[in-house]
Amino acid sequence: MAITLNHYLVLSAALFTIGLYGALAKRNAVTILMCLELMFNAANIAFVALTRAVAPQVLTGQVFALFVITVAAAEVAVGLAIVLAVYRQRRTIDATEIDLLKW
Amino acid sequence: MNTNEPAVTIAFYVFSALTLGGAAGVVFGRNMFHAALFLVASFFGLAGIYVLLQADFLAVVQVLIYAGAISILVVFAIMLTRQVERGNEWNQLRGPGLLLGVLLLLGLLFVLTGTQWYTGMGPYPADTVSTLARQIFGPWVLPFEVASVLLLAALVGAIIIAREE
Repeated sequence: MAITLNHYLVLSAALFTIGLYGALAKRNAVTILMCLELMFNAANIAFVALTRAVAPQVLTGQVFALFVITVAAAEVAVGLAIVLAVYRQRRTIDATEIDLLKW
Repeated sequence: MNTNEPAVTIAFYVFSALTLGGAAGVVFGRNMFHAALFLVASFFGLAGIYVLLQADFLAVVQVLIYAGAISILVVFAIMLTRQVERGNEWNQLRGPGLLLGVLLLLGLLFVLTGTQWYTGMGPYPADTVSTLARQIFGPWVLPFEVASVLLLAALVGAIIIAREE
């Protein structure tokens, strides 16, 4: 059976769903950041697969995927720095216990 | 590369299994360190998927930035926050989150498989690197410069936030 565009899109959807579930249902802030990375990667698969099918001459989706990787690297650097700062202040990175702004 | 070769099909399923298995290991694993290693496995599987999609430059970038740099940052964060012994716990959203995830997956599958995508808009370029370079330094040069400023700001911000007083 040949691999079509739909195969890649289904893979992307499955990866995004796993990442979303982990980001919603885990306590550890580092795990939540890892699941965010999985969701970024799922979006990248969809970009690259669609650009190969739809716009192979200009590769716009691959350019977009490169920008997504750049922004994800910036996000994970700042996010992990925030996690470290929170750990230093409160001695925990359990996302359910970091409730300073909760009413 | 002919996409009808059986080898491509086998490679797709192997890399997909690596990617999804690694992602499942991140979410369902009990140990934080194992979760980080599963994340690396998932990133390598994705690099293979990019190779199958003929995105060679992105595959290299994926290995360098995700499997190399970001996973090192994640391991550093796990080591520095010493919550390894508490494991990779669930919160109270374990059931509702699973329900939402399954519903989202079903909706996405319904939409993705039901849509007639526009395809066949010309041949794929033989050399993706020069095409990407002409795109990034041509029409997308302003976002490229903004991205470099963003990286600088993130670097300075991460140092300011994470440093000891």
